[in-house]
Parts: sequence; C-alpha cells; structure tokens
Amino acid sequence: MSEPEIAARVRDIIEPLTVLEGPAMPMLHAVQAEFRCVPEAAVPVLAETLNRSRAEIRGLISFYHDFRDTPPGRTVLKLCRAEACQSRGGEALAAEAQAALGVGWGETTPDGAITLEPVYCLGLCAAAPCGMVNDRPVARLDRARLAALTEARS
Amino acid sequence: MTRLFLPRDALAVAVGADELAGAIARACPDVPLVRTGSRGMAWLEPLLEVETPEGRIGYGPVQAADLPGLLAAGLLRGGAHERRIGRPEAHPFLARQTRITFQRCGLTDPLSLDDYRAHSGLAGLRRAIGMGAETVLAEVAASGLRGRGGAGFPTGIKWRTVAGAQAPRKYIVCNADEGDSGTFADRMVMEGDPFLLIEGMAIAGIAVGATQGYVYLRSEYPGAIEILSDAIRVARREGMLGRAILGSAHAFDMEVRVGAGAYVCGEETSLLDSLEGKRGQVRAKPPLPAIEGLFGMPTVVNNVLTLAAIPDILAAGGAAYAAHGFGKSRGTMPVQLAGNIQHGGLFEVPFGITLGELVHEIGGGTASGRPVRAVQVGGPLGAYFPPALFDTPFDYESFAARDGLIGHGGIVVFDDTVDMAKMARFAMAFCAIESCGKCTPCRLGSTRGVEVIDRMVAGVPGQKQLLEDLCETMKFGSLCALGGFTPYPVLSALRYFPEDFTPGVRREAA
Repeated sequence: MSEPEIAARVRDIIEPLTVLEGPAMPMLHAVQAEFRCVPEAAVPVLAETLNRSRAEIRGLISFYHDFRDTPPGRTVLKLCRAEACQSRGGEALAAEAQAALGVGWGETTPDGAITLEPVYCLGLCAAAPCGMVNDRPVARLDRARLAALTEARS
Repeated sequence: MTRLFLPRDALAVAVGADELAGAIARACPDVPLVRTGSRGMAWLEPLLEVETPEGRIGYGPVQAADLPGLLAAGLLRGGAHERRIGRPEAHPFLARQTRITFQRCGLTDPLSLDDYRAHSGLAGLRRAIGMGAETVLAEVAASGLRGRGGAGFPTGIKWRTVAGAQAPRKYIVCNADEGDSGTFADRMVMEGDPFLLIEGMAIAGIAVGATQGYVYLRSEYPGAIEILSDAIRVARREGMLGRAILGSAHAFDMEVRVGAGAYVCGEETSLLDSLEGKRGQVRAKPPLPAIEGLFGMPTVVNNVLTLAAIPDILAAGGAAYAAHGFGKSRGTMPVQLAGNIQHGGLFEVPFGITLGELVHEIGGGTASGRPVRAVQVGGPLGAYFPPALFDTPFDYESFAARDGLIGHGGIVVFDDTVDMAKMARFAMAFCAIESCGKCTPCRLGSTRGVEVIDRMVAGVPGQKQLLEDLCETMKFGSLCALGGFTPYPVLSALRYFPEDFTPGVRREAA
C-alpha cells in the first residue's frame, strides 16, 4: 500500500471513532488492528484528526508497550516474566525459547515467523509459567509445550 | 436434557478448555454445553461439570484426550472416574470460603441475564433505585467497604465526595488494569460474572449522580474484553443500561476502553490521562479525582472488586457485609493464591485469616514439593515475607504494621530455590521498565537500584547503606506507588534474606 493509500484507509478507520470521548487510544488500537502496527503514514492523519501535534502522537506510540511502528512476525509469542511465573521456572523456559528461536526479547526470527516478546502478567498466575500466542493464552508451560509452540511456524 | 458446564475463563482456556469443548461438540453434539466462569480451583482446570439429580458433579483436570474414557465411565450420569471430584461446592477448597463477590462465578453463563437474575442478580440495583442516592451512600458507608485495588480507602467517603461535587457531568471509572503478578480476581469477575460489575457501576452512578462509566481494561486480557463488551451489549438490550435503567428515571451507560500494556496505568491518575488519550503519566494530587477527575469532572475511580462488592451490599444491607471481617477491614477479600503453590486459585474469605493458613492449609504448600522460603503479598510492589511471619492476619493494618501490604490480594509463593537478591533486583528493573518518567526518584532511582544491587552481590563494600538510602528517597520522593512502593520488595528481601546479598554466602544461581 502506498503512503496516500494508507492515509486514506486510516481516515476511514478512525472517522467513526471521532464521536467518542477521548478517542486517541481507541483510534490507535483500531489502526494497529488493521496494519499490525501504527504506520508512519498514519501519524499525520491521527494528528490532524485529533488536533494534536505529530510529536504527541509519536509520544503515545512510544509510551505504550503495545503500539509498534513496524509489523511483528506472523506469530507473536509472549512469555510472562513476572514474579509468579519466575517462581515456576519461567526465566529458564524463556532462555530456552530464545535459544530455540535464536532471537532475543523483542526480536523476530529471520524467516519472519515468530516475534518473541516479554509480558508482565497475564493473570494466569495459578497455572504458571504462562504465555500468549497472538491472542490465545497458554499456561502450565513446560519444555515440551514450549517446543511445540516455537516449532509450529505458520 | 443433561447439560455439561465448562469454563471459558482464560486460565481454563490456556490449559485446554476450548479443545475439550470442541471434542465434546464432536462426541456428543446433542448435549448442551454451557460455558461458564471458573470456580477458581486452578489445579483442577479444565474442570468439566455435569448436571445430575444429586447436583452438579465435577471432573478435573480434563483434557480433550480424556473425553472418550470419561464418556465410557458414564460422565453424563456422574459416573465414577479417577478425575471425579464430586460436587464442587462440597470440595474443601470451596466449602471453606465465604463467597459473596464470587457467589455466581463458575455456576452461571456469564452472558445470560436470565441466569444472573435467577441467582439473585439485580436485587441490589433494584433496591438502590427504590431507596435513592442518599440512602445508597449510607449503606455503602455502613458496609465499611474499602478500595480493593490496594490503597484501602473507604469507598463510602470517596462516593460522598463525588456526590457532593457540583459539575455538569460526573463519571464512574472502573480500574480493570489488573497488572500485579499473582492477581487475577478482576479477570475472573469480568469473564465469569460480568453483570455483577455492570450492576455495581450502575449503582455507583445512581449514588453520585453520574450517567457515564468507563472500564479501563488491560490489553493482556482479550477474553475479559470480549466477554465484558458482550455483556454490556446484552445489558443495554435488556434495559439494565441506557436512558432508563430497569425502567427507572436513572440513566447510565458504560464502555470498555482497552489499555496498551503500561503497568503504571493501574495508578488512578495515569489511568485517567490514558482514558483522555494522553501518555499514561501520573498527575500530582491534589486535586483528587473525586473533585477533578476524568476530563476535569468529578470521578469515582474504583477497582473491579470494589464495584463488584456493591450489589450484594445493597441487596443484603451494609451491616450484613460489615458483619464479616477483622478490625477496620470489613467484609470479604477474594485472595488469589499463585506462583509455586499446590492448590492455587481464588479463595474468597473474610479478612483475618492468617497468611500461614492461606499458604499451607488452603494452598497445600509449594507445587514443587520443596519448602516455602518466601511469599510476596500484594503484587510487584508488595513485601516478601518469610514463613516466620506467617502468623500475620490478612488485613490492611496487620500487614502495614509489618512493613507489608495486601494490595489487590495476590499471594505468590516461592520455594527454597529462589534467589532473593535476584527478586530484589527484578523489583527495581520492573520499576525502571514501567516508570512513567514523570518523577526523578522513580525514573532514575530504579535504574540506580539495579546497579547498586549488582555491585552489592559482586562484593563492593558500602552498598547496603546506599541501597537503603535510595529506597528512602524513592519511598518519600516518588509521585505514586510505583516508585514509592518498589522499596517494599527490595527492603524486605534485604531484611529477611540478607544472606542472598552476601557474596560467598549466597547460593549462586544453579
């Protein structure tokens, strides 16, 4: 998609949200749901619609961990690094995931299949260690379950 | 026709409930399957229940592969099987609880308002409509309810402040940014009994004169976002929300707003800034949100569990709720047992039970079978307690008296393999990752804290004093609880487990 095409699509996506009180966050979520990131070409459109500066829009994107400026791999694997998961060996498991995928936190495998990200608590703390594959929660992770997740490349 | 019940709670889904539901639909397509919330016995999930003449009979944990064997054993008649736990209500873990907030969770279809009504739902809202704002405020004050998010501020006083404020518009904001590790009670309410939260917010609206509510719900809970959003649509369609709630003269409507992965947005003023479409940075107080909150208007900001306690307080009366509890902590607390624990899950109990009873008697000790070495109570900003402090009663004041906090009621158990210097370092590192950056003690102190702990563990002299001074500065100089409470886990680890910070003495990570 060319930049003007992206800008036009962003306008279509955010226009229905202008009626909301405090529409910035719903707009950013809606744009990211469409493009899997908030593309650079969306920033001026958001700024104009919200009557905010481009710097402020970039400030929002950089402040919140969820918003990305480039799309992630086809699958996003999030592993919880918070205390409850640490108490059940979550850190050792995460190290194995990094070794198996050959990536560090926030990195994507060279084939673009999997992005590995840290997350701090998924509320599955009584079935730790846990994680999330795109929007699907996974818990009671062990070496075998993790291997199945890291090998299943779409 | 016999019905089957299976949670669609995120924890159950994360350990195979959807795969089991698929297998049931294929194996017995004529048997209705109701997707419920979770009973809160995490080690038994997925917990499958079947309707029998003796009541519902549970089987757990059940994987899809177990289904043929279960059916052969007479699952649909409640037949004997090694996974059969009998009636869940009779299970000691549930039988010992006092379930008020969680009375329906796991029993009902979360999206059926008929189910909700049939299990005493809407009684509080009806009574609130009948009695009017002033009496509602008096009932909430009489209940002694305190904010369940962690701060423990009296809900009645907060509501009265908002009710007394003059403004063209007021808001009810529900803090559902449950980011503390070891906590999941908010998620369970929203996934398992969402009408309860909606009812609580509508009652709050009547009490203070607000007509609009927002639930700020973390993005890490996609299941809760979907179920609560669906429940709001059902509530609107059936007149529980809208211009005339339950046919009364009161208007109230609400929306779910999704967070974006910032832990600090669980702090109420950051949350308000985020709702307004800004970076989630902490505001200086005063003004209090009750006076100048969302969009500068008087705003009730309450945690999910606070609002979820309201319907029963209105239905049964504030005095009945206040009859439970201990000291100044009235009512029940949904305690969350997590981490390295054999029987983890949701345990709702009146305040006053001891920490040791919760960890050992209820939780059954560690899942690893090794001795308990430490528990962290109250999330990443809560203190680490050794077993020597297990006689501490679970209430706000008793924990504060021992330099701890109960926070949102989460307890994370660690066995004797834990490295407490590493946990202290993690507390500082987490604060550095999540700091909103507005105040210096939090933004810089957290990073300096990581460095000081690293030097301490490496044997550089003089670091203990430096760490204590730094914690003092963070505690008293930070704008909010993120920087202000990070010293709790750090100093408690240092105080109770000093050997882990001493090179030569500390056991190096395996």
